[in-house]
Formats: sequence, C-alpha cells, structure tokens
Amino acid sequence: MEKKRFVPRSFLIEVLVLAGIFTLVQYLIVSGLLNEYYQINLSSMCINIILAVSLNLINGFTGQLSLGHAGFMAVGAYAAVVVTTIYSQPFILGLLAACLAAGLAGLIIGVPTLRLKGDYLAIATLGFGEIIRVILQNIDFIGGPAGILGIPRYSTWPWLFGLTVFTIVIIVNLINSSYGRAIISVREDEVASELMGINTTNYKVLAFVIGALFAGLAGALYAHYFYIIKPSTFNFLKSFDILVMVVLGGLGSTTGAVIAAIFVTMLTAALQTFPAIRMVLYAVTLVVVMVYRPQGLMGNKEWGRRTWGRIWGEKNEPLANK
Amino acid sequence: MLEFLQQLINGLSLGAIYALIALGYTMVYGIIMLINFAHGDIMMVGAYVGFFSIAVLGSNIFAALIFAMLSCAVLGVLIEKIAYKPLRNSSRIAALITAIGVSLFLEYFTLFLLTPQQRVFPEAAFPLHKYQIGGLLISNKDIFIFALAVILMIALQYIIKRTRTGKAMRAVSLDREAAILMGISVDRTISITFAIGSSLAAAAGVMIGIYYNTINPLMGIIPGLKAFVAAVLGGIGIIPGAMVGGFLMGILETMVSGYGSTLYRDAVAFGVLILILLVKPTGLFGKDTGEKV
Repeated sequence: MEKKRFVPRSFLIEVLVLAGIFTLVQYLIVSGLLNEYYQINLSSMCINIILAVSLNLINGFTGQLSLGHAGFMAVGAYAAVVVTTIYSQPFILGLLAACLAAGLAGLIIGVPTLRLKGDYLAIATLGFGEIIRVILQNIDFIGGPAGILGIPRYSTWPWLFGLTVFTIVIIVNLINSSYGRAIISVREDEVASELMGINTTNYKVLAFVIGALFAGLAGALYAHYFYIIKPSTFNFLKSFDILVMVVLGGLGSTTGAVIAAIFVTMLTAALQTFPAIRMVLYAVTLVVVMVYRPQGLMGNKEWGRRTWGRIWGEKNEPLANK
Repeated sequence: MLEFLQQLINGLSLGAIYALIALGYTMVYGIIMLINFAHGDIMMVGAYVGFFSIAVLGSNIFAALIFAMLSCAVLGVLIEKIAYKPLRNSSRIAALITAIGVSLFLEYFTLFLLTPQQRVFPEAAFPLHKYQIGGLLISNKDIFIFALAVILMIALQYIIKRTRTGKAMRAVSLDREAAILMGISVDRTISITFAIGSSLAAAAGVMIGIYYNTINPLMGIIPGLKAFVAAVLGGIGIIPGAMVGGFLMGILETMVSGYGSTLYRDAVAFGVLILILLVKPTGLFGKDTGEKV
C-alpha cells in the first residue's frame, strides 16, 4: 500500500496550475500586453463560468429545469449596486448583499415552485424570472427601466478569478459530499430516493438556493465590470444563454459547464457583429446536441483530481473504499 | 359599468387570439406530453406569411389567412419530424430543451432573414370601421377576430369529436400503446395534430397582425407564453379548457391594463400561472390523477 500523503500531489498541481494562470494573466494585464478587448472577454468568461456552474447544479445535478437564472443574476446585480453605488459601501459588502439577496430570492421562489415537476417548473421559473425583471423595472429608486449608470469598476481580475475558483470549489465539494449524493439521487429517481428517507424537497430547495446565490454573485461581478445595469439585460434570453452553456457542456458535469462557458464566450465574442447568426447557431446547437448527444459534450464525466492523478501516475483508491 | 363592458369587449378579441394559440399548446401536450415552446414562433411565422401575401402578392385577408394556415401546417409537421420525433423516447427535459432550441431558431432565423425592423400590417387589407352601440365602441376588427376564432373553434371541435382523425387523436392521447394495437398510425396522428395546432396558431398570427398593426420577429414570445398560461389555466391537454383559459387571460389582461398599470400586464400573466400551479395544477377543467410510479 502506498504511503498516505498529507497533501495529495494532484492537489498541489491544481494549486500550482491555478496560481500560474492567475499570475500570467495578472502580469499580462499590468504590463498592458492584454488589450481592453481581451480583458472584457476574459471577464465575461469568468462571469459565465460562475453562471453555468451554478445553473448546472440546479439543472444538471438536481435535474430541476430552471429557466429563471437571469432573474437571480439581476437580483444580485441590483443588490450589490445599491450597496456599493447608492450607499457607497465597500465592494465586499456589495458581494455579500448580492449573495444574500439572490439566495433569499431563490428561497422565496424555490419553496413554492419546486413542488412542481419538469415542464411546469421550467415555465414557473421562467415566469418568476420575468416577474423579477418587471418588478425591477417598476422601482424608481433603482432607476426603473433605464437602470443604474456609473457603477464603479470594482471587478478586477483577482476578484473575478478568485470568485470563479471559489464557486467551482464550493460546488464541486458540495456535489462530492453526502448532500451532493442526495441531490443526485433526486435527479436519478425522485420516488426511490424519497423511499430511502431523503427529504427530496429540502435538497431541491438547497440546490436551488445555492445556485441562485452564485448567480447573484455573478450578477454583482457583472454590474461592477460593465458600469451599467438595466432590467432588460436580464431577460429570459440571458437565461437561455446560460442554459445553452450547461446543455452543451453536459447536464451534470462541472468540467463541461466550465469548458462550454469558455467556448460560448469566445463564440459570442467572435460573432459580436452578427448577433442574429449567433442566436441561430445557439438554437441549432441546442437541437443537434439534444438529438445526437443528449448528455452534452462531457456527459456527466469530470476532469478532476483523479484525472490529474492518472496523468501523473498517482494511484487513487476507488471512491467506495474511502 | 360602461367602461367595464368596453374593457370586456376589448378583452374578448384578445382572448380569442390567446385561445387559438392555447389550443395548439394543449393539443400537442395532450398527445406527446411536450410543451411546444416554438408554438408562439409558429404564430409569428404565420403573421409574416399573412403580411407578405397581402403586401407582396396583394391577396385579400381571407386568402392570406388560408395561405398562412397552410404554410404553418407544413412548418409544424416539419418541426415535429426533424426535431421532436427523434426525441420521442428520451427524457422530457431533453425534449423541452429541443423545443426551446426550435423556438430560438425560428425567432433568430426570421430576424436574420427579415431584419429586426417592425413591419406595419397593410391597413388597406382591412379598413378600420368603428361602430357606436349604446355608448360602446366596437370595431370591425374586434368582430372579425372574435367571429373567426369562434368559427375555427367550432371546426376544431367538429374534427375532434366527429371525424375518424379526431377519434384517432383522442385515442393516441388517452393511451398510445393501446392506440397502436388498434391499428392507429401514431406518427400520422401526431403529424396531423401538429398541422392543425400550427394552422390555428397561424390564424392567430394574422389576427395579431390585424389587432396590433405591427409585426416583428420576436412578437411570438410573449403571446406564446401567455397562451401557454391560458392552456394551463384551463387544464393542459383539455381542449375546452384552452378556449375558456384563453378568453379569461385576454379579459384579465385588458382589465389590468385598463384599471391598473400596463407595466404590470406581463407580470400578471405569470402571476396567474404560478397561482394556478400552486392551487390547482391540473387547471380549471382538469381532473386529479394520482402519481403513478
């Protein structure tokens, strides 16, 4: 038997790779080698990764099709902006407010709607997403339909990168915990997991609230990067955008969600001048993926410590023995 | 009171449009348990076909209507064959995502072909007359839309209740396997359902063109969602339910715009949906069936 290491080598490699990416990009930004265009796309990438990974928790792992993710993003964005811009508090408080507000919105919406199944849930969440948007449009305090301008740019690369990694780590660890297994069992067979004594409603609401919370975080980052927010940014087409990433990457694969978020952001940037073609491509992608590869690019496979371990020759015990 | 009656009349013509769209949702759901997200966009295509046959071919309103209905019937069948048929045995989430994909495709392909620009429905095809009846203002548009919708609904009711095709549709929606055993061609029946539902949507599209005067490639989304709410309100899968639900939604919407704020008009529709799903998910006309394992 191999000697147990205090810190697995694959973990060290992960940390090193992440630190490497961070330092490299930070250097490129500081030295001015990375122009504004690439910086914007890099930031969108981080925000999209947070959105896709969090929606994947709801749609992919819990199996509850939610179409209202943009609504939670809007709640987070507005909450953060109210704190930082209107009450001039520090960014960290804005982020906390965003998470709290979006999580609360997730709870309020999740508790009644998660009793619904499949199609009904999809439509109800779509409806709630739109209701959030309409409500925001009608509050004069936050600018009504015109939104809020002149938001300070607090979302710097360290914040964006750090919070993206944070989101992925939290969600991956959640999925690998006993909670995560309960959540997956709800997706696999709701009736059977209920018979095993799992309170399915609780786990569905838990996943929904955590997903909403991170969507709010992404919203806050978005608002503090692009200077301006208005309710129409967060309509259901934005929700569909996120859905495309999750479906393309594979329902139930965090790795897939990350890869798809990066890919979709690059595609969006490349087709900036032809928005209609971009949407037609999205649409065709959705249909083709569903017809020919309904499990998405990655299925429910992950690239993780075990894959790194295999590459670096570190032996992993099967999960069941741990 | 007079104003209330006026709002009611306005609501009836809008409701008739919603009811026609809702019928398509409900028929498709009844037969393959799929929310056809693209249904509102089929309506949009119908509106465009109607627009072009009036504006370019110079046909009258009835010819345009029939042309729109026929072309959307073909479109509906094509969508079913290409996108939904391969997924008939896969999970419902997969089918729903496909439907969203088809919806986005219709919207943005039209946008790409015809530019996002709004088009004004030719006024000459349907000159507006207003009649004053006892203080109420009724336009010939309202009468036309309402009468046409009622005629189409009666025709639909006839097809479903009195013809062999209708019998086959009812049989497939009741129990698909048993219907196959009875020698019913399920594929053909599903295609016919899509054809009928889509042609009703096309008629609604032309009506919306007349009602609002302008059409654009994204016009199908909101009426489509509202008609879906109408179908759920009446009990999805139940045809009379869709009709009643459609009229209720139309009346409710005009009442909210008339007495409240137009800004909340769209939110109300979703509010109704959530309320009905929580209180009586089977809809007004639905019967409760227990969950089967």
